[in-house]
Amino acid sequence: MVVWTDFERSTIENIFSKINYEVVGPAAISRCLIVYPWTQRYFGGFGNLYNAAAIIDNPKVAAHGLVVLKGLELAQKNMDNIKATFADLSKLHSEKLLVDPDNFKLLTDCLAIVVAAELGEDFTAEVHAVFQKFLAVVVASLRKQYY
Amino acid sequence: MTSLSAKDKDRVRAFWAKVSGKEDEIGSDAFSRMLVVYPQTKTYFSHWKDLSPGSAQVQKHGKTIITAVADAVTKIDDLTAGLLSLSELHAYKLRVDPGNFKILAHNLLVVLSIKFPKDFTPEVHVAMDKFLAAVARALSEKYR
Repeated sequence: MVVWTDFERSTIENIFSKINYEVVGPAAISRCLIVYPWTQRYFGGFGNLYNAAAIIDNPKVAAHGLVVLKGLELAQKNMDNIKATFADLSKLHSEKLLVDPDNFKLLTDCLAIVVAAELGEDFTAEVHAVFQKFLAVVVASLRKQYY
Repeated sequence: MTSLSAKDKDRVRAFWAKVSGKEDEIGSDAFSRMLVVYPQTKTYFSHWKDLSPGSAQVQKHGKTIITAVADAVTKIDDLTAGLLSLSELHAYKLRVDPGNFKILAHNLLVVLSIKFPKDFTPEVHVAMDKFLAAVARALSEKYR
């Protein structure tokens, strides 16, 4: 079971209260599609992903960014039970979406970078470490139902 | 993976010109941050007394690293040759598992994102990510 200190709980709550979901979600996912272009393989139905500008302007990408961030918020609201909370999501990614789970790390790396830009100097090493732990738990939970 | 295109190199050089002047604090922040966020990296520095971000050794080593990265920017057209002696150092003496190069690179990108939220665009990000991966590859040359 994942153990969270009070500092970690409040730090995660703080991060989620400070970030603008409509900015961070779309920025993280579009950055992932740009920096790691092979991740575009999962978004064939999204239309124009031809170059960075097209990806950033793509409304389907932006909408999906929000979906991802709402998913992360769900984890934040269920911090003591992320594994169970994400069981269905994990099955979805493994059985229906057929996403290579190594891609989860690519997205969370982009998330860290985008949140860092949002929070600036407030994204101290300590805050970063807590966020990294949170993302690692999320990724592990998403990987759980892969067989 | 892929090699650096002319555009990548231009982007790296242009962005690094903006970084100029802030290198030391970026290097120290990235290195000290890595020790905090990825504690397994501390295993390489067990011979240091103080691994906290404020420690003089940590700050100094961050500067050492970033100076080498800045140098790599000037040698971007032939990193393998340019980083030969550094590769030998890491392979034969330091024996740092190359997986850690990626971890340090990520922390560098996070710090760059903090310091340059507007300039560190997705295009710059991919160019820098590719560059740091190429540096890591050059550093790994002599490993086996």
